Amino acid sequence: MEGTMFARGLKRKSAEDGEDVEGGLAGTQATPSYSLQRQSLLDMSLVKLQLCHMLVEPNLCRSVLIANTVRQIQEEMTQDGTWRVLAPQAAGRAPLDRLVSTEILCRSVREQEGERPAADVGDGRTPGLVPGLSAVPSAQALRSPQSSLWEVDSSRENRGGFQKSLDQIFETLESKTPGSVEELFSDVDSSYYDLDAVLTGMVGSTQSGHGSGLQAFTAVATPPPGSSCRSDLGELDHAVEILVET
Amino acid sequence: MERELETRLRAWMEGRAESRWLEKCQWELAEPHPETTQLESVRADIISTVEFNHTGELLATGDKGGRVVIFQREPESKNAPHSQGEYDVYSTFQSHEPEFDYLKSLEIEEKINKIKWLPQQNAAHSLLSTNDKTIKLWKITERDKRPEGYNLKDEEGKLKDLSTVTSLQVPVLKPMDLMVEVSPRRVFANGHTYHINSISVNSDCETYMSADDLRINLWHLAITDRSFNIVDIKPANMEDLTEVITASEFHPHHCNLFVYSSSKGSLRLCDMRAAALCDKHSKLFEEPEDPSNRSFFSEIISSVSDVKFSHSGRYMLTRDYLTVKVWDLNMEARPIETYQVHDYLRSKLCSLYENDCIFDKFECAWNGSDSVIMTGAYNNFFRMFDRNTKRDVTLEASRESSKPRAVLKPRRVCVGGKRRRDDISVDSLDFTKKILHTAWHPAENIIAIAATNNLYIFQDKVNSEMH
Repeated sequence: MEGTMFARGLKRKSAEDGEDVEGGLAGTQATPSYSLQRQSLLDMSLVKLQLCHMLVEPNLCRSVLIANTVRQIQEEMTQDGTWRVLAPQAAGRAPLDRLVSTEILCRSVREQEGERPAADVGDGRTPGLVPGLSAVPSAQALRSPQSSLWEVDSSRENRGGFQKSLDQIFETLESKTPGSVEELFSDVDSSYYDLDAVLTGMVGSTQSGHGSGLQAFTAVATPPPGSSCRSDLGELDHAVEILVET
Repeated sequence: MERELETRLRAWMEGRAESRWLEKCQWELAEPHPETTQLESVRADIISTVEFNHTGELLATGDKGGRVVIFQREPESKNAPHSQGEYDVYSTFQSHEPEFDYLKSLEIEEKINKIKWLPQQNAAHSLLSTNDKTIKLWKITERDKRPEGYNLKDEEGKLKDLSTVTSLQVPVLKPMDLMVEVSPRRVFANGHTYHINSISVNSDCETYMSADDLRINLWHLAITDRSFNIVDIKPANMEDLTEVITASEFHPHHCNLFVYSSSKGSLRLCDMRAAALCDKHSKLFEEPEDPSNRSFFSEIISSVSDVKFSHSGRYMLTRDYLTVKVWDLNMEARPIETYQVHDYLRSKLCSLYENDCIFDKFECAWNGSDSVIMTGAYNNFFRMFDRNTKRDVTLEASRESSKPRAVLKPRRVCVGGKRRRDDISVDSLDFTKKILHTAWHPAENIIAIAATNNLYIFQDKVNSEMH
């Protein structure tokens, strides 16, 4: 099981499953808290890619670093089989659940290996660092029945769509002509342009044709399984649209 | 382990008295000249670059509003022995204006990204200043005399009535109040598609390079309509883009060598004699990743934000998010020294990613003798590392703690455990107060620290000579 975060040494949080988590974990799911936080990081990264534009040209270095982070997460999720599109039942969750302070993701393997978190960082909250964002304790997120898993028809298809959307981001960074922008936007609802709408997840529901009940934070990619091939573009399509919006 | 032991042994064997220099150092705020107000060093805009000239007599600062303010060190005078060598405002000018790129419908910021001084070749001073897209060469001249006694014009410049002119006189030069005049001599435009992050003047004093995210261009100082592309890392498909150029610099002595750093933490030393397009590096400096420290943020924190050759030309200094590293040009496998700037942030990387602080680009600086290195951090802290003694100090650039002539007190960040009285805890660090830009006088222990809108100049009065 080479090439995953685990094989490279980032140990998962706990052996709740009673498994040996040192490598060789093909096909098994990550523990809920780790995968939740990893998902949260992915969502955060995608939002960042969306937000870096507006009047001034986006910082290319920052975009590249975020995109590389997204790729890493996607690779790992693909390899341990958790790369699935979010099921419709995941709706109804409060947006802030997803912005878990993912302190655990910052830990090296040394820290994760059989210790308790130090008292001052144990609860994962760092008020001084994140003003204006209330960090939700991980326990609360854990209780949520819908874990942050994507469901797709095939992981490969989704991966392709993911890659394609990342490519689109860079292509549009590269050639910002009105023509290409129009193409990208051609079949998009005008509410995409409303950043608030994006952040509250209302945008995604419009496109996939679901009702306004979908409240998932960044889970705009919520077509039901078996939908058309557009399902693979999903949320990243929106990332591109917002990114290139002028 | 062995390397560390070796370094310790070396330091012990050297054992000079001045090896404890960093501890004996007393940094104090250089009070501005009594006649200038405190406001001179406070700006409406965020300072975006700081650079001493080659003698240290002048200090140039650029800000987000496109302005350049140059400070000059007053010569020591016998009349006021306390104000030895204070810096006063010498000249202020608007270098860049905001522009609008109509093709892309984007604004081009006027923020000055970098200033580099040219070596002085006559009475005038010259510097290069750049924003994201355009580099400008400015010439700074002094005028302290003016001609008086024209035959045809009076003192105000009006033509005289010729009937009143009865004799001819030779105009003489009379002293006047010093006037500093700045004029743009060259504008190097349209050389870059992406945002310029570095400029560096070559030791040949004829050429310079400018680097953006994907390309590096070589210019001749006298030619503005042409530049040579010497590095191009743009992939054929932008989809394949995973790495960008973050900083670059010419070697201080070898005019054919330059280095550039990348967002993946590597350094490439290139020789312009090898090929016209230096896509193949001569040397690649890269530290292998520590597998035990791997996380999703490993790549981001390895991105090099600044690279500086030592004055000797033997070493390079790099800054990434958590460390500064010294590299020997003769060893590509790993740095010879690594210093932790604020390792207590390692467990906070996710929050720092969330609030974008993880993308902050800190600069680094050598002192004149290459024995001490300096870099900024958060909470208006900046750090100095003595390479010989391996001792380090954390200081704070703030007005509250600096009364005139007061000596800066070392600060400490505590990470839980025993806490001393003046310690700051990690959680109360102010991440909006970041010291990204610092500069060290080329010969003396004088440092310039840019803390958002404020410029601080500290001098070490005890040890003004460099070791």
